[in-house]
Amino acid sequence: MLETLLSIDYTPFILSFKLAAITTLILFFLCLPLAWYLSQTRSKIKPIIEAISSLPIVLPPSVLGFYLLIALSQINLSFSFWGLVVGSIFYSLPFMVQPLQNGFESINRNILEASYICGKSKLETIFKVALPNMKPALLTALIITFAHTVGEFGVVLMIGGSIPNETKVASIAIYELVEVMDYKNAHIYAAIMVVMSFLVLLSVYIFNHKESFKFKGLH
Amino acid sequence: MIEIDISKTLHGSSGVMPLRVELNIEDGEFIALTGASGSGKTTLLRILAGLEEAKGVIRVNNEPWLKESYSLPPQKRQIGFVFQDYALFDNMTVLENLLFANNDKALAQHLLEITELLSLASRTPKTLSGGQKQRVSLARAFMRKPKLLLMDEPLSALDPTIRSKLQDEIYKLHKEFQTTTIMVSHDPSEIFKLADRVILLKNGAITNFTSPEKLYLKANSNNLTLQGELLKLTPTDALTIAIVAIGKQIIKVPLSNREAKNFKVGETITLHSNPFSITINRC
Repeated sequence: MLETLLSIDYTPFILSFKLAAITTLILFFLCLPLAWYLSQTRSKIKPIIEAISSLPIVLPPSVLGFYLLIALSQINLSFSFWGLVVGSIFYSLPFMVQPLQNGFESINRNILEASYICGKSKLETIFKVALPNMKPALLTALIITFAHTVGEFGVVLMIGGSIPNETKVASIAIYELVEVMDYKNAHIYAAIMVVMSFLVLLSVYIFNHKESFKFKGLH
Repeated sequence: MIEIDISKTLHGSSGVMPLRVELNIEDGEFIALTGASGSGKTTLLRILAGLEEAKGVIRVNNEPWLKESYSLPPQKRQIGFVFQDYALFDNMTVLENLLFANNDKALAQHLLEITELLSLASRTPKTLSGGQKQRVSLARAFMRKPKLLLMDEPLSALDPTIRSKLQDEIYKLHKEFQTTTIMVSHDPSEIFKLADRVILLKNGAITNFTSPEKLYLKANSNNLTLQGELLKLTPTDALTIAIVAIGKQIIKVPLSNREAKNFKVGETITLHSNPFSITINRC
């Protein structure tokens, strides 16, 4: 058993996690101002921006992948790791924006205003008052974006293909193993994905459960 | 001196209402702002804080805070604001809440002493009672050494004992710092205790700006006058018994059946006591 585990090629997993980590980091800083804007604005264009940023949830990954493929080919990024990063940013955007926006909206407006009256700028207020008071939303945004990017398949297939060490991420690797009927390795890869995804989600829910108790003032 | 001459159109529950306020406040004055809900009290406070836009002029010691299209942002107005729901930063301790407003440790120490919060300095707001939270909020507001202190019904969520104690603390802080203050309040006894002058706001306009004595002590001040709520009218054979709540007291007042027809349950009424009889009138 141990021998089998040691003999597995883990590079697709490492690639998946590298892709997810970079995507999450970029998306966090990209979505922070967007989510803040959406949570504070009363503008009429808010629903339009919300609809556009939520599109990746409902679009078939092949549609998103098709447009991205066309766009990325123009700048020579298709079938490369950084092309995947760009694709993942579009694909996972709503999973970062929505929890952050909900988090910002859950914060009592008076607290933000109290911070302005204390002489603090909006940026300081976001980092020192808003984010520390919405830790569950923050964690949800980061973890779900990360997990969702690890689980990405359709878009990656369209724009990345399956180049070992470059674009062959875990989900693609499993697909290929099944295609060549290597069910043994497909089983192992799939099981690793299931266990890791479960552990990630479990940690989020345990943390949020604890935070909600803290929020109610219970210990 | 604080000169205020502002206007704004409010979209309230009862439709569109103009808010129009013109007044001057002397340095160190304690002003109470009162009036029915929806009369524009909170909006006026928010405009003064720079949290809401308005047309007109606000000048504080000749420094313009609002003038035509120019509006000094709330960050630069050097104000204190005490919210009804405290608005404390839950991620910081009591002391950190104070230092967040102004990193002056000596002042923080002094304010914690006055408000009897020293022993709670390292606690987080969630572990405090309502009265303690409002003390923190009050102390935090004074950390800014404000030119203008704004308080939006700061004590209305607290029970009467704590309320009275906090009124004393507000009085003490006001005496020490001589901060020009505007406080929204519905409680005549609180206004009497703290305010130099009272603004009565009605439908977005000032209908009265005078001393608490002049507003609350009516002309027939030789008589005892009590304000209360009519709870129940019980008709009997010869007359009607009115049950009236005054503060925590429930009082029975006999009325003739004809008199009783003029009143509705739930109305705010005043009771006047002449030397030999009590009369009842609608406010």
